[in-house]
Amino acid sequence: MRTFFRALLALVILAVVGIAAIAFFPTSHSAPAQSLPADWKPKPGQGLYVAQMADCMACHTTANGKPFAGGLGIESPFGLIYTSNITPDKDAGIGGWTLDQFRAALVDGVAPGNRRLYPAMPYENYRAMSEEDIRALYDYFMKEVKPVAERPPATQLAFPYNQRWGIRVWNWLALGKAGFNPAESVVGADPSLRRGAYLVQALGHCGACHSPRTDLFAQQGLTGADARFLTGGVIGDWVAPDLRGAKSAAQRWSHEQLKAFLRTGRNAETGVTGEMALAIEHSLSHMTDDDATAMTAYLQALGPGGPRKPGGPAAPASDADGIVARLDASTDATAKKLAAAKDLTEGERLYLDNCAVCHFTDGRGAPEVFPALAGNSLVTSAKPQGLITTILIGAAMPSTALRPERLIMPGFAQRLDDEEVAALAGFLRKAWGNDAAAVTPGTVADTRKKAVAHAK
Amino acid sequence: MATRTDPKKDVVIIGLGWTGSIMGMELANEGLQVLALERGPDRDTVPDFAYPGIVDELRYGIRCELMQQTRNWTLTMRHDTKKQALPYRVLGSFLPGDGVGGAGVHWNGHNWRPLEAEWRLRSYIEETFGKEAIPEGMTIQDWGVTAAEMEPYLDRFEYVAGISGKAGNIQGKIMPGGNPFEAPRSREYPMPPLANTYDASLFADAARAMGYHPFPRPAANASRAYTNEYGMQLGPCNYCGFCERFGCMNYSKSSPQTCILGALKRKPNFSYRANAEVLRIEKASDGKTATGVTWIDTQTKQEVFQPADLVLVCAYALNNVHMLMLSQIGEQYDPLTETGTLGRNYSYQMSGGTTLYFSDKQFNPFIGTGSVGMTIDDFAISQIDVKKEGFIGGSYITGGHTGGRPIGQMPLPPGTPRWGKGWKEAVGKWYGHSMSIGSHGSNMSYRDCYLDLDPTYKDQYGRPLMRMTFDWKDNDIKMTLFMKARVEAIAKSMNPEKMASGFKGEGAHYDIRPYQSTHNVGGAIMGHDPKTSAVNRYLQSWHCHNVFVIGASAFPQNLQYNPTGAVGGLAYWAAAAIRRDYLKNPRPLV
Repeated sequence: MRTFFRALLALVILAVVGIAAIAFFPTSHSAPAQSLPADWKPKPGQGLYVAQMADCMACHTTANGKPFAGGLGIESPFGLIYTSNITPDKDAGIGGWTLDQFRAALVDGVAPGNRRLYPAMPYENYRAMSEEDIRALYDYFMKEVKPVAERPPATQLAFPYNQRWGIRVWNWLALGKAGFNPAESVVGADPSLRRGAYLVQALGHCGACHSPRTDLFAQQGLTGADARFLTGGVIGDWVAPDLRGAKSAAQRWSHEQLKAFLRTGRNAETGVTGEMALAIEHSLSHMTDDDATAMTAYLQALGPGGPRKPGGPAAPASDADGIVARLDASTDATAKKLAAAKDLTEGERLYLDNCAVCHFTDGRGAPEVFPALAGNSLVTSAKPQGLITTILIGAAMPSTALRPERLIMPGFAQRLDDEEVAALAGFLRKAWGNDAAAVTPGTVADTRKKAVAHAK
Repeated sequence: MATRTDPKKDVVIIGLGWTGSIMGMELANEGLQVLALERGPDRDTVPDFAYPGIVDELRYGIRCELMQQTRNWTLTMRHDTKKQALPYRVLGSFLPGDGVGGAGVHWNGHNWRPLEAEWRLRSYIEETFGKEAIPEGMTIQDWGVTAAEMEPYLDRFEYVAGISGKAGNIQGKIMPGGNPFEAPRSREYPMPPLANTYDASLFADAARAMGYHPFPRPAANASRAYTNEYGMQLGPCNYCGFCERFGCMNYSKSSPQTCILGALKRKPNFSYRANAEVLRIEKASDGKTATGVTWIDTQTKQEVFQPADLVLVCAYALNNVHMLMLSQIGEQYDPLTETGTLGRNYSYQMSGGTTLYFSDKQFNPFIGTGSVGMTIDDFAISQIDVKKEGFIGGSYITGGHTGGRPIGQMPLPPGTPRWGKGWKEAVGKWYGHSMSIGSHGSNMSYRDCYLDLDPTYKDQYGRPLMRMTFDWKDNDIKMTLFMKARVEAIAKSMNPEKMASGFKGEGAHYDIRPYQSTHNVGGAIMGHDPKTSAVNRYLQSWHCHNVFVIGASAFPQNLQYNPTGAVGGLAYWAAAAIRRDYLKNPRPLV
């Protein structure tokens, strides 16, 4: 999402040609997707739930800041974008906005005064929100959120990226029709799958990270009807994995495993890393059981096999001792070599000294606690920076209602130098049937600089 | 004088270890506003127990950085009432925990349930062997609860803590491979036993050959991944050998951190403060209830009065007693007049062991975990003929190593030089070639083994230190010598090249210097009668009905087992009584 700004480069050229027309063509706002009675009122808690599912908090609250007061700096190649105060304060926040103005911001990316929002605000996805949800959300922000009279720092991008009118062209090119069209979600009439499609496409804005981007950095496909939708995206040095391919974790896992991952950030095979941990902690972990089932079913319905029934094993089969499904050390070359611990490469030795106590010599870890490294998409990602960052600064699972423990892997930045991390990462990427390219110490050094700066 | 008064809470908890965490969770689940005050620092798995920092034996194993430091808190000790007590200045015999998690952070994880006979020990002895079987001066008594009453709460704790073990008696049915002498339990342990070490297997084979009944030691070290009722998780233990005296790097040892606190901290109606040392419980003018506690910020030295409707004393057993004494809740016990109950029936743990040396066996002792091992209970309290043997008590006997650390876990045969070339050669020859068989036994309570306030020594806040008056008694020495004979017989049957025993002998006095056990119990004991107990069967103070005192301070005499399983069960038992009966009508429950 943050890298879309590179698209603005292209826009600048267009802008020079059409500048007058674009700037002065009258703006029209999308009408409500459904008509509701004027006295319609949300159910108690409905607005909060929409805010959680849309994960407004993630961007509009800083680590130690007041809820929704904005000011979170989002790094982009064009400079720092500060998120806005969306509390109901009349001056600093959105307290003066009408419902129509609020809706225009969500679905058209236009704030009062025809000020264009940077599409870091995922209105490409929120554009599909139902009028009920928009009304409930408006009600929540106006009545339940505490006003905060703090103005976040102003975003000051250098020319030409500070010319917000240019975004209008991008909107013309990137945005589809407002509202949610279940026919485009390829799920038929099943109400649960339709609900799942709505959560994934609109509120959850999953595509903002998990869909590839066009040359203009618009999301490629905003609905399941587009074959490119949710087939994986790139955010900086991290890869948001494909959710649809036959080999993707989301499709390999059972319904129960994917659902557990979405709600708790962990399942029998893995633990969440990177930005997704925040999405789970602040948003997905609050899903009702029905919605979690619906989202899971829809994501798996997008796979090559189409919709499937809930069910499947809750955990991998146990071995004879009932401990964990271990790889067979007699057939797996890596497990065999690590168990024998003879003539080890540096990467193998570092693994035994630093990693094996949790992740085991077969790389399978332990269900819900220690992620498996065999077949782990972060380990084998085309971009190794996520793996390197995890080795250097560690990782923490989110605290959620169902799984409150913030299980933490400590970082090894103080213990391993760049050559050692490269050797270890290179080993992991070839171990237990993993097959990904080696890692150079130079890549580790670059990643270390960024990771250590980020951790501060 | 408190310089600040904070807004009132429904519940204030003194100490955030196992019992404080359990009570905090149970009462927060009632919707009450709960504040826990912990005198030590805040601690969590990461960063405080993270690899590799935690595997530092000098720092944690020898210098005891996770324990209470005697410069901050200590007590005085003497062997009998005629002697002058002196302060315990260097940690030795026992190691009270400190900080969030308390001793639940640094324990080995032996998690036992008391025998049926132990819950009602005086009645059991009198019924079985006659009143005269109890020697003059021995003040053992019943707990006021039975094994059957406690079973659901012991079970609850085992399933929260995630214990690895093998049941021996499920609803009266004896289960092969478990402890046939244990009290009936409702179901199997939550996890299967740990994998055995070589020494444990050898011990079990030898014990079995002699007709005994070996079973796996019930372990608070996870044998697999586990999730408890709060959604808290344990990862499978890696047998790193750094359990006792260390926090677990691996989320494998049951502790308040791994089993409760992550879930508890999420609750908006629960909060806690570290570095907050309670100075005293404040009483209402009529003395029948507490109004809250006064605590001091150990960093800023600011004193704060925290009003609360309910005060839960959840510190270490010794500190629970000290807190009641400093707050004048209850009447001080006097051994001469046998009046008062506070400080009465302090008891400890009687243990011994034999080390076996085999130059032809390699034990790889560095592969170990706090509770791995095999045990026999054939000499449990309930299996001893008191009339024939002449003592009341019993022990479990056990084999299995907890680790092979270089400083503290390097047994060398007697006669080995303490340093120099001879010592080095012995280390080369014997490291990894020895194993031990231990006995872990009961300690009865006696009229003149008790706790009171020291007349001379004061702590940093000017409060009198607590004084411990304690020594070993003939009954318990006889018990341990009986065990010595059994242990040595098993050891001999294993044909070691050399062996060396360490058991107390006749006339032995309590020595505070060598580590023995952090199982100090009693002093604020539970019971049916306010004349002989400080708290009732629900751990409620007889004197202030809104003060509950949770922990091993309630044990009327010590178990033959490690106390934590019983402590956890008692916490759930007390919490259930508070939730069921007390909250809707605060009053003395008995």
